[in-house]
Amino acid sequence: MKKIQVTLLSGRSLSQGREKEQGKLSESYFKSVACCEINGEDIKEIGLDYGENVRISTKYGTVVVKTTAPKQTLERGIIFVPYGLWVAQVSGSETDGTGMPSYKGISSTLESAKKEKVLTVDQLIKKSFSRKKSKKL
Amino acid sequence: MSQEVISNVICTVCGCSCDHLQVTIDNDKIVKVKNACAMSSGKMLGYRNERTTQPMMKKGTTLKPTTYERAIDVTAKTIIKSSSPLFYGWSLTSNEAIAIGVDLAEETGGFFDNTTSTCHGPTILGVHEIGESSCTLGEIRHRADLVIYWGSNPVHAHPLHMSRYTVMSKGRFRKSRSDRKLIVVDVRKTDTAKLADVFIQLEPNNDYELMVALRAAVRGDEIEQETVAGVSIDKIEELAEMLINCEFGALFFGLGLTMSAGKSKNIEAALSLVTELNSKTKFVIMPMRGHFNVNGANNVTTWLTGYPYAVDFTQGFPRYNPGETSAVDLLARGECDSALIVASDPISNFPYQAAKHLTSIPLITIDPHITPTTMCSNIILPSAHVGIETTGSTYRMDGVVLETRKLVDPPKGVKTDVEILSALLKRVKSLTR
Repeated sequence: MKKIQVTLLSGRSLSQGREKEQGKLSESYFKSVACCEINGEDIKEIGLDYGENVRISTKYGTVVVKTTAPKQTLERGIIFVPYGLWVAQVSGSETDGTGMPSYKGISSTLESAKKEKVLTVDQLIKKSFSRKKSKKL
Repeated sequence: MSQEVISNVICTVCGCSCDHLQVTIDNDKIVKVKNACAMSSGKMLGYRNERTTQPMMKKGTTLKPTTYERAIDVTAKTIIKSSSPLFYGWSLTSNEAIAIGVDLAEETGGFFDNTTSTCHGPTILGVHEIGESSCTLGEIRHRADLVIYWGSNPVHAHPLHMSRYTVMSKGRFRKSRSDRKLIVVDVRKTDTAKLADVFIQLEPNNDYELMVALRAAVRGDEIEQETVAGVSIDKIEELAEMLINCEFGALFFGLGLTMSAGKSKNIEAALSLVTELNSKTKFVIMPMRGHFNVNGANNVTTWLTGYPYAVDFTQGFPRYNPGETSAVDLLARGECDSALIVASDPISNFPYQAAKHLTSIPLITIDPHITPTTMCSNIILPSAHVGIETTGSTYRMDGVVLETRKLVDPPKGVKTDVEILSALLKRVKSLTR
């Protein structure tokens, strides 16, 4: 399976901004953030069509999201993932002494995840954060 | 029942604090909103979706209903018992609630941080070093003939910024779009870039280099390279000429500068560029603040502690060292042993490693909505929406203070942030003094 190296940008998109106000468990919010905008040449290179799933991996983690055509112009080698629980899984917590983690310009690998599912909020929380037992308060 | 129309309502989504919304209320529900952007109407019409309405507390692995009194009592005991509780969030609540939060952190010897540390924290660090030349958005609306958005995409993140305050607004001395020049600097051709008179596309993580080259060009220094950050020197010199020749320039910047490589150094370079420009013309600079009261969180925390965010009370007095005392750093090092989150969703937004620690310690959340953070919490305290279900003052991105209004009642029995935090502070004091 072909893998390509890209630079990951995360950020606000209008639909993410609108849908987060509808509720973070809503289907429309899920659709607006569990996705990745990719340039047409790049998606061809990893053998996918828009709407199929892709795995993004960084040195901090890995996550599967759905590919979408760029809503704004996007150069080859750059992917855009809106702010949210999904991109947080592959963001780094080093802050270079500033308090600010690295949410933009993260070196990432992309590969096809045609047969994998994009996890929902519930599934992703369970996978990433499940507590064995609640801390006694 | 007759409908009531309320005019000049202040929006509580982003730092623009647009105050021209017209809201129609029917039977204590908002049914229509005019003059709002997509994000604002999303909130104004969607505020009743996915609400937390009942205080909840975890028993074993499941959340069970409880009362505010019981939840506040357990919260007070939990944070008192902690050696370094974290108090985080604060950008989607009122100045009054933030002030009580600071008292609470001081009383219990914890860390008090707001969402600035993951948005414009580097901006504040840059301002500490260089200083800033600023003004109100009104002045920019009336006077600015050149506007730059650098690493900022207001069409998506601050949808009415351009029409209310900058290039598309009707000011006293600048009447229309043709009276102003719009320059956009970004790593991709955003929807804002498509509206620009000049669009400069730079390579990711090279903002510092381009900013410094532009400053050199403004100074009239010769640049030896042919390109900087993928931009030709001719283009940089042309841009410098435009900036020098404007009468009143305004540089707005977003997280494209604060989050990319260089972080606070990018901001220092931007502030220095504006300082340089002020020796030739009039220029101001302003960060595009995201959440509606993140600027209030900085201001209130500064009045009360001397520092704008990432305040450490663990030694009994306020200390400040972002990078050490900021939330993501503390959590990534596994340091805090309980956390109270107010009006924020760090589980969705913090990098995985930091969020993971948050879910391994007692986590208490005060929020109007069900979010990934409330879903991971041990205690959930439902709260009313500031600016919709309760009043409260807020700082616009330019530092103008506005008083938001109560439009409708909160869900039955749901308290405000101020009521919950006051009760919590009172309980903490009664247990410790």
